[in-house]
Amino acid sequence: MAVEEGLKIELGKQGVLVTTIEELYNWGRRSSIWPMQFGLACCAIEMIATTMARYDLARFGAEVFRPSPRQADLMIISGTVTKKMAPQVVRLYNQMAEPKYVIAMGACAISGGPFKQGYNVLKGIDRYIPVDVHIPGCPPRPEALLQAFMTLQKKIDAQPLTGEGRPRHLDAEAQGEFPVPVQGEHDLEPTSNPGVWTVPVVIR
Amino acid sequence: MTDAKLEFDAAVGAKQEGWNRPPVMEPSGEGGVLELAMGPHHPSTHGVFRMDVALDGERVIRLKPVFGYLHRNHEKLAEGMSYLGSMPFTDRLDYICSLTNNWAYALAVEKLTGQEVPERAEYLRVILGELTRVVNHASSIGFLIQEMGASGTPLMYAFREREKILDLFEALTGARMMCNYMRFGGCRVDASAAWLEATRKVVAGLPGFVDEFEQLLRSNEILMARCQGVGILRPDLAVNAGVTGPLLRASGVNYDIRKVDGYGIYNRFKFRVPLGDHGDVYDRFMIRMLELRESIKILEQALKEIPVGPVMDAKAKIRGFRPKAGEAYGRIEAPKGELGFYLISDGGPNPYRYRVRPPSLINLTILEDMCLGQNVADVVLIFGSVDIVLGEVDR
Repeated sequence: MAVEEGLKIELGKQGVLVTTIEELYNWGRRSSIWPMQFGLACCAIEMIATTMARYDLARFGAEVFRPSPRQADLMIISGTVTKKMAPQVVRLYNQMAEPKYVIAMGACAISGGPFKQGYNVLKGIDRYIPVDVHIPGCPPRPEALLQAFMTLQKKIDAQPLTGEGRPRHLDAEAQGEFPVPVQGEHDLEPTSNPGVWTVPVVIR
Repeated sequence: MTDAKLEFDAAVGAKQEGWNRPPVMEPSGEGGVLELAMGPHHPSTHGVFRMDVALDGERVIRLKPVFGYLHRNHEKLAEGMSYLGSMPFTDRLDYICSLTNNWAYALAVEKLTGQEVPERAEYLRVILGELTRVVNHASSIGFLIQEMGASGTPLMYAFREREKILDLFEALTGARMMCNYMRFGGCRVDASAAWLEATRKVVAGLPGFVDEFEQLLRSNEILMARCQGVGILRPDLAVNAGVTGPLLRASGVNYDIRKVDGYGIYNRFKFRVPLGDHGDVYDRFMIRMLELRESIKILEQALKEIPVGPVMDAKAKIRGFRPKAGEAYGRIEAPKGELGFYLISDGGPNPYRYRVRPPSLINLTILEDMCLGQNVADVVLIFGSVDIVLGEVDR
């Protein structure tokens, strides 16, 4: 239950901080999103550019790129996911500790992008793991990645700790591990995870 | 760094026969062998690349590169589309230097169809190609130092300069990274006088950046201790393995396609080819530093001499042409080495065979020879000094 905004400001003037556990918890989570140092293709260069002085990702508390998935909160899928790489991506995602988020950066991560027709290119990483923010572009500009960060922060801010929309790590029933696809005879098997992705129905 | 010690032809003739891959080293017998997969998710593999190493203690006794994690079917896709259709895909080969990729591909198609390139377009190509080289060498040095553990600072210097140059690319071509600028028989749009003026300003600031960068790194004690004498590549081995680019020149072989072929208008510019003495990681680092200075020299000359005129040959056909049956190989000195495109036409609207000769892949093939007997921590360094981009390795 949120505290009334006017009352909060009035109390703040008197030196009293009033907040809810939910707000404090979400504030902590959204202000220190540590991404995983994990570049796949072209977009990774723009991801690095985002962390550099000009765009300065540190303003969002997210400049600490961790090489280990165990220490990371966010996976930026920055580039083309091939069928050889997809199992490793899912495995890395499984190794991350909850709460964890995914940004699909660029056309390739969203849908295969310009390489969609290729026999070895996965047509979107959201077939295997849940994606929180998609940013289109080939590659997206660093500003677009910053926009994705802000969108993700808003999303975290809006998450209640109880009830329907609570994050996955607070839901005992929720799926925590995602099945890792294997290379089958012709394609990855399974070709998608029905828990997170269904074939879209085209209405004409 | 001295002048040519070893001429290319002499080196080719020297040890052609009897060249074999060095035997895999024997373990010392104590403590067994540890087999380790470095990658595909490894912070220093520049993307998705795996090295299966066998370690005897800290010493590498075997190294097997595993490719293909970023195989995006570039060649297959290109065979199914028109010649122009492949141009945007070449941007994504070596995604740090998209403009040099464009250039090599345009050169190959121009050879196939026999198209001419106007003077001004040639100058623009040189300017953009050398700016790309500055971007690539600065960032590759930055990445190399970061792999050494200097997290951030040198890379930030490099990326500061990269942003300035990328602004120029964006102003001219409309995109920061994927420029898609060159066309068969010229360039897509003309550069305005204001753009050339802005470029002169950026180029005027580059020597200061290189001085600062070099002063920061060159005589750094840690850098010297980690780099000197590490990952030595013998010139004869380098030549026989087909290594090109700064990696080859760091081993002392005088081979720069800008000098050898003189493609485009490179014959008109005065510049030197820096050569290494020892062929170790430090030499590769210094070669890139010196090449930055040579690129600035070329840029200054090109920006002074650029004529006015069209940037596109009036007779040039970009779309819907069918080259006569035949084959062509166009190559340039890309920042990473010899980048070539080999095209076979059967008279149709799309190439019958389209092959990329990527410098990154071929430079990587001698990785094991450089790494054997080195410490596992140095493998990361040696790998970084090869300077690869996975988009080009796997295509």
